[in-house]
Amino acid sequence: MLSVENLSVSYGAIKALHGISLRVERGEIVTLIGSNGAGKTTTLRTISGLVRAAAGSISFEGVPIGKLPPHQIVRMGIAQSPEGRGVFANMSVDENLSLGAYARHDKDQIAKDRERALELFPRLRERLSQSAGTLSGGEQQMLAIARALLARPKLMLLDEPSLGLAPQVVATIFKIIREINAGGTTILLVEQNAHMALNVAHRAYVLEVGKIAMEGPAAELAKSDEVRRAYLGHG
Amino acid sequence: MSKLFEETRSLKAPVWGVIPRAAWPLVVAIAIGALVYFGVSPLVGGFVSKVMLIVGINIVLAVSLNIVNGYTGQFSMGHAGFMAVGGYVAAGIVYYGSIKLWGSAEPAGGILSIVQEGPKAGPLWGKGDFLFVISCLIGGLVAAGAGYVVGLPSLRLRGDYLAIVTLGFGEIVRVILQGSHDQIQPWKAADAAAMPVYELAWKLGGPKGFNLVPTYTTLFWVYFWAALTCIAAYRLKSSSSGRAFLSIREDEVAAQAMGVDLTKYKVRAFVFSSFFAGVAGGLYALDIGAISAGDLNFIKSFDIIIMVVLGGLGSISGAVLAAVILSILPEALRQPPSLVPWGWVAIAVIALVMGAVLPKGKKLKPIIVLVGTAALWEGLRFLATSVHVNLPDYRMIIYAILLIVLMIVRPQGLFGVRELWDLKVFKRRGGGA
Ligand SMILES: Nc1ncnc2c1ncn2[C@@H]1O[C@H](COP(=O)(O)OP(=O)(O)OP(=O)(O)O)[C@@H](O)[C@H]1O
Ligand SMILES: [Mg+2]
Repeated sequence: MLSVENLSVSYGAIKALHGISLRVERGEIVTLIGSNGAGKTTTLRTISGLVRAAAGSISFEGVPIGKLPPHQIVRMGIAQSPEGRGVFANMSVDENLSLGAYARHDKDQIAKDRERALELFPRLRERLSQSAGTLSGGEQQMLAIARALLARPKLMLLDEPSLGLAPQVVATIFKIIREINAGGTTILLVEQNAHMALNVAHRAYVLEVGKIAMEGPAAELAKSDEVRRAYLGHG
Repeated sequence: MSKLFEETRSLKAPVWGVIPRAAWPLVVAIAIGALVYFGVSPLVGGFVSKVMLIVGINIVLAVSLNIVNGYTGQFSMGHAGFMAVGGYVAAGIVYYGSIKLWGSAEPAGGILSIVQEGPKAGPLWGKGDFLFVISCLIGGLVAAGAGYVVGLPSLRLRGDYLAIVTLGFGEIVRVILQGSHDQIQPWKAADAAAMPVYELAWKLGGPKGFNLVPTYTTLFWVYFWAALTCIAAYRLKSSSSGRAFLSIREDEVAAQAMGVDLTKYKVRAFVFSSFFAGVAGGLYALDIGAISAGDLNFIKSFDIIIMVVLGGLGSISGAVLAAVILSILPEALRQPPSLVPWGWVAIAVIALVMGAVLPKGKKLKPIIVLVGTAALWEGLRFLATSVHVNLPDYRMIIYAILLIVLMIVRPQGLFGVRELWDLKVFKRRGGGA
């Protein structure tokens, strides 16, 4: 469904990605793990068109999207929950959700999707008229995911959904990620929490300073010595 | 309230249905213009009418600047530049147009555009009115074109950088216009009539300004345009564009991730905003019958920015209220009227009403601010009348103090992003209807 070939990205003189390739098939959860500064966020932002690639190609459902502006990429069915959540702090939860559906016009289906998102995150329903900036960190993360859901994406890009959350909340978030995937949405998940990510994902890529170091089924990678040592904290 | 409005509209559909939806703003604007011009103006006399005219033009300027600075959170400091562009274009069209068409630069308007004392007489619409209306429209369109060009760099520049670019734009416009050639004076109308249009187009008076332009601007036209500006701003804000604008203001990257086309909306904000600024420039030039680029410098831009900030970035009602306050203030400072006794009676009534409608625990602060402002006013009055301080000289200092107090008491401005009809008082009543 999504195929990234030889992607290189630079920020001025800093080269963040050195020709990475990855694929995501329909219905999968694919995770991209790696330490700080490896280039995970850069990869997601390049896929959504927020950052331009220096070389390489990205195609979605067979259509090249590397040169499209972000707003058209959203309309093709790719939605992102950005790192650090990026909720609209001075707007209410409700307004945030309706901005999630900004690119859509099918009112009835939007209402249904909104219901579904609120079923997944009951806490948000209690806080619909509260301004998003006053939500707790975990609640903001829930809002960012719910908002991305309202774009009714075919492919959802999640950037560190577990960042800064308490263990129980992390567990809830990952449970919901699984539910969203079971509902038919393909997911590309960027995570620091390699343990949880490898647990929930079908396949995984390990990114090290702008290069793919390893790839394979998540269960296998979780067993490999290298990954265990570097990312799972086992001796 | 907008809902209420829509309901009443559908209720009266058989009568109102004849008017197409797109024509509604025009109908409302004509009604408001006529009401102010024929209804209010004769009652209040010449001086107050003159102040109302300034108020109206400032409403157009503040509400339009709010589209860029308030809705999308970009910081434009070049509004006076757009005003100058529109003003010169409109003045040029009316002046040389009159000479070309009728051989003289005399006003040729009907009742709607002749400033006259006492009962208004004569034909409603004169031959010059077409020229006037078209000149304001073209002035607006040319300014909108300039807005498009200035809007483009806003895609790459944020915050301070954009502020500097727009400031630069305003100054460039001023300097270019001051470099235009000498105006052809009315007594040489025959020469001008013989010249081709492209030559006349640059004879805009240079540093001396463009003078002796026939005047057409009346309260009717000013409030017609003020109403149109407010309606356009309201429609922009309440449509899906409105949500796009406000999301850009909150977080550009997240807005893009939601599918908001940044280029389109940032430029659109500039185009709309500068169109109305251009129209305001036309109204201004054709009110005083002259325009001088030197007067439309960055201080004028600041005046408008202060209105938007005072009213609340993003609020139409706020911009209108602030335009009213800050246009009356300089006039009032000349001869500060005393608040004794009726002003204080009014303040007491307002304080009582606030005490009744405001929620518990939130009564005190607004009332203190209200009474404090009134007391401050009496203090200023004392300075002016007893110590003989010429307050208008200190206008900028008074503005600065006003802004400092505002930033401490209410940093989001009088209204924040909200509108008059969003206030709880109206909500409660509206809920039952
Ligand atoms: N806007 C930018 N300007 C310059 N350099 C940048 C920018 N964004 C990222 N970088 C650099 O690119 C590299 C990759 O950054 P990226 O944000 O993609 O890492 P990451 O894998 O998401 O890290 P983390 O897990 O800490 O979020 C880093 O070296 C970073 O310093
Ligand atoms: Mg990151």
